[in-house]
Amino acid sequence: MNPNHDHYPEGETLRQSLKKRYRSASLWQAIFFSALVIAMISLAALLYNVIDGAFGYVAFEYKNDPAEFTAKPLDDLNKQELLDILKANLSSGAYTKLDNEKLMKKRSKSVLYTLVLERLIQIDTKQNWSMTDSILHSSGIKTEVSEKYPKAKLEFRSWLTPVFLTTPMSSKAEFAGVRTAILGSLWMVGIAILFALPIGTGAAIYLQEYAIKNFLSRVIQTNINNLAGVPSIVYGMLGLAIFVRAFEPFTSGSMFGITDSNGRTILSAGLTMGVLVLPLIIINAQEAIKAVPDSLRQAAYGVGATRWQTIWHHVLPNALPGILTGSILAVSRAIGETAPLIVVGASTFISLDPDGPFSKFTALPIQIYQWTTRAQSEFHSIAASAIIVLLVLLLTLNATAVLIRNRVQRKY
Amino acid sequence: MKQENTILENKNFRPLDLKKKMRPGESVIQSLLFISGVLSVFITVAIVYELGKEALLFFNNPDVTLAKFFGTTRWQPGIGLFGIWPLVTSTLITSAIAIFVSLPLGLAASLFLSEYASPKARSALKPILEILAGIPTVVYGYFALLFMTPLLQKIFGEGVQVYNMASAGIVMGIMILPLISSMSEDALSAVPRVLREGAYAMGATKFETSLQVVLPAALSGIGAALIIGISRAVGETMIVAIAAGAGPNFTFDPFKAAETMTGHIARISGGDLSYNTIDYTSLFAVALMLFLVTLVLNLISQTIINRFRQRYE
Repeated sequence: MNPNHDHYPEGETLRQSLKKRYRSASLWQAIFFSALVIAMISLAALLYNVIDGAFGYVAFEYKNDPAEFTAKPLDDLNKQELLDILKANLSSGAYTKLDNEKLMKKRSKSVLYTLVLERLIQIDTKQNWSMTDSILHSSGIKTEVSEKYPKAKLEFRSWLTPVFLTTPMSSKAEFAGVRTAILGSLWMVGIAILFALPIGTGAAIYLQEYAIKNFLSRVIQTNINNLAGVPSIVYGMLGLAIFVRAFEPFTSGSMFGITDSNGRTILSAGLTMGVLVLPLIIINAQEAIKAVPDSLRQAAYGVGATRWQTIWHHVLPNALPGILTGSILAVSRAIGETAPLIVVGASTFISLDPDGPFSKFTALPIQIYQWTTRAQSEFHSIAASAIIVLLVLLLTLNATAVLIRNRVQRKY
Repeated sequence: MKQENTILENKNFRPLDLKKKMRPGESVIQSLLFISGVLSVFITVAIVYELGKEALLFFNNPDVTLAKFFGTTRWQPGIGLFGIWPLVTSTLITSAIAIFVSLPLGLAASLFLSEYASPKARSALKPILEILAGIPTVVYGYFALLFMTPLLQKIFGEGVQVYNMASAGIVMGIMILPLISSMSEDALSAVPRVLREGAYAMGATKFETSLQVVLPAALSGIGAALIIGISRAVGETMIVAIAAGAGPNFTFDPFKAAETMTGHIARISGGDLSYNTIDYTSLFAVALMLFLVTLVLNLISQTIINRFRQRYE
């Protein structure tokens, strides 16, 4: 390899140097591979860390003794008895308020049971442990609890339960759920896609099928590529300035006679998110349209179809799986995106389901952010549970995208 | 000759109308499509206009001078401290740590995937990187605060604060790794096969070929990946908002808490922010800086990629 050698190595020297070169070659191969191993370990650590947080021992005390409210054990009560306890012990104002949110008689037994625990008995979580600690140091935890909190009950809990998915937000970690957050996320993503999919596909069709290669189309193309790289929080600032502030009459709904909100609504967030995923959708749709072979277009022109007929009847149907895959990826980007929502102002404490584009809302990643930044560890546990919900949601979406891609992929 | 004359003399003959037929429906559709295309340019214009307008309001404030902005090291617009440096240094430190983690790892991973791995191994290994790329950044934030920080505290002892730039930077590096590796892999696999075959014919080992022939040939593409990686690290918000610290702090110690530009915007705008206050306009000034920095980085990276693509086509 060294050009300064005046002769090439021979015999034993050659063998030695070859050996050395091969050894360093396989050493480097191992080093290159170890980068992938590190990536694998990181991914495993991340997933383990999340699952570790979502399960484990909890030590808690009842603030008020259940015996004050009923003679029977709590678990044996039926719906009517639970209802009677609530009626008898809640102040009439609080009861009416709950009744107004949703008729008490129509609520399920488990919801009433949670209400009794939350409002009357009141759980006080003393300490909680991660899954690993709970399994490895089970006896240590038990003695620690009996020494430090003699009155406390110790329970191995999965923080991720069906109830967690279906209950609204609460200020107590034990009773908080992600129902409002999931609904908020779905509303927001729906609006974003309704806005971005038609416009994005339209732009892609224009750029691929109509635009002549000139200065303007080059500017548009460069601009789209750049927009895809703009930090998401800058989109949040744009949403704050335009959708929340400048378009307030529209986004708050006051144009349509809704007066109880300001511009920080689902609509503003959805539009902001739509603008954010627009370049993504355009780029994906362009790729899909590019992949449609030219022979199809020429055949259509050959039998006298106009440009739009060719696009509508031949190019778009063939590009559709690609466009669909692209928009599913855009949806999963929008569901996980947090920063713009903070800026646009997703409220953090919302216990009512969003009932339209003009309501205030919270979203799944916002909840995760809020709970993660709380100091108490029980909030970290529900953050971990919410992360599992979010990851499962994203996994489902991406699997759908892959399925569509594999199913409808045509080979030309 | 004779035949043609007869056709032309025939009074019933009408030549085909070869003019383009007017189709109003198609024109409407075409203009709608054109508007969608141009809308993206309006988005950029709107970003520059809105950020610029509010940033101008900020700099027109008599208390704010460029000397204060670039010459002092405390940032607290609410009480008249306008030194941007604490936000800038922490952004630079977290980004540098992220690149320090992700560039070698990403490059090594891409070299393995494009030069060493069999197609089967590649299709088994690539999904790992794709999953890493698909995880929302808020989840990485959770990971940084509740896994990486305790880990660093175990290794480096009590000097590591609960919020610190190192853990945010390292996790950000893991987040950027798939981006750098997939862009570098594109660059590496664009290197023509003949170059590799030439090297093998000269008796070079696979490693010598990869490092001394393929890598230099793909260097511009890897440079583009690096620049995109920096731009992503500078603009990343949630990891630093959760794990790096909640307050501007002028420090170069990566184990100390310090707020980055993005983290600052997220924290201030998450609270009660009223319009037309110095806090509000200052956020737009920070966001404008962020936008311009990432824009320049993205443009450079794209120019490199375009040049490099032409060379081998």
